[in-house]
Amino acid sequence: MGGYATPQASERSAVDLEHEFGDIIEAGQRVEPRDWMPDGYRKTLIRQIAQHAHSEIIGMQPEGNWLTRAPSLRRKAILMAKVQDEAGHGLYLYSATETLGADRADLTTKLLDGKQKYSSIFNYPTLSYADIGVIGWLVDGAAICNQVPLCRSSYGPYARAMIRICKEESFHQRQGYELLMTMMAGTDAQRAMVQDAVDRWWWPALMMFGPPDDTSPNTTQSMAWGIKRHTNDELRQRFVDMTVPQAQALGVTLPDPELAWNEQRGSNDFGTPDWDEFTEVIAGRGPCNTQRLATRRQAHDDGAWVRAAAIAFAQKIRPSEGKTA
Amino acid sequence: MNDNTFSAESVHGAAPGDAVPADHDAAAIDADWPLYEVFVRGKRGLNHVHVGSLHAADDQMALRHARDVYTRRNEGVSIWVVRADAITASSPTEKDPFFAPSGDKVYRHPTFYSIPDNVPHM
Repeated sequence: MGGYATPQASERSAVDLEHEFGDIIEAGQRVEPRDWMPDGYRKTLIRQIAQHAHSEIIGMQPEGNWLTRAPSLRRKAILMAKVQDEAGHGLYLYSATETLGADRADLTTKLLDGKQKYSSIFNYPTLSYADIGVIGWLVDGAAICNQVPLCRSSYGPYARAMIRICKEESFHQRQGYELLMTMMAGTDAQRAMVQDAVDRWWWPALMMFGPPDDTSPNTTQSMAWGIKRHTNDELRQRFVDMTVPQAQALGVTLPDPELAWNEQRGSNDFGTPDWDEFTEVIAGRGPCNTQRLATRRQAHDDGAWVRAAAIAFAQKIRPSEGKTA
Repeated sequence: MNDNTFSAESVHGAAPGDAVPADHDAAAIDADWPLYEVFVRGKRGLNHVHVGSLHAADDQMALRHARDVYTRRNEGVSIWVVRADAITASSPTEKDPFFAPSGDKVYRHPTFYSIPDNVPHM
């Protein structure tokens, strides 16, 4: 007899591993980086977390567009803090993907090559300062809706990153709403700007939750693995119900003629987003896709000498530090 | 994927080893900054706790990046950073025999000893 395991024996240990993983999920415990996990679980997480990280990084651009034109020093300081947070959120999430064995540089390359996606919402332009307020209110509001359940995601590092992110998103949403309240208390022209921004962002915000459940093939598996806790449509409904009273308090109209309270369901009925538009934007044909990637690519290329110089400096000053493993 | 795929790992982090595919070119790899794990003391009287990881060219840069990434809202009064590949970690499963020596020593716990109810302050 040789010293190696028979095929049956190794097969059985794979089954054992699968059972142990299943037990962790079923008990509502967290899966940690060095636990055995199915390849599909690992791949799904890397794809989802990387896509989320890319969204935070690309998400700096629509708002960064207004940094130099903020109407006051107060608004400028707030917007800078918010854009800096988005960078931080991207870094927490890239850090989580690395616990799964992903390589940071590889993920960046995939984003720049268009092989990995980011949220469709960031392919829309910010045309006026009211957009900054509406992004905080609706886009970050939708993000919070999506992300709060992810704080209980089965993968430990992802859940912990989401807890940090959710704490900071609250500031994002409130500064946006406060900005809009200020504009709504201003002139007719300012109120018109807010309404115009709401009209443009409402439907793209609803699309942030992803396609309808019956066309979302990954949802069932992701929920079985405890990566996702609610379906796209459940979260979309929750967001609409949360937002309607906020819109009333603000004094704006949500641009959906079908939006109406349904007494029986105890929820709002609402119209169907333009899923053809969603598909187009995801496919890279949205209003700003080309510009967003070009800007990200240029930032990466412009920073190449800095990354190289920092390594060279570290090796010169402290030979024991800064060496790549 | 087995445990040996990772060259280093802490509570949270794992540095990908040779077996993890990275399909970028050699020049890009040269410009990669190494991975550091970050530990933050939230306030005086508390332990440093692992909060995540980041890349930096050297130790000082890692500290500064850690400040910017993990303590933007007064979350810490002290930060430790350590190269991820300098961490030695135990293997993951709780069933691991590594922890077995403490499993059968119930007499190390105060509840192992029964003391009559009428004995105070114990």
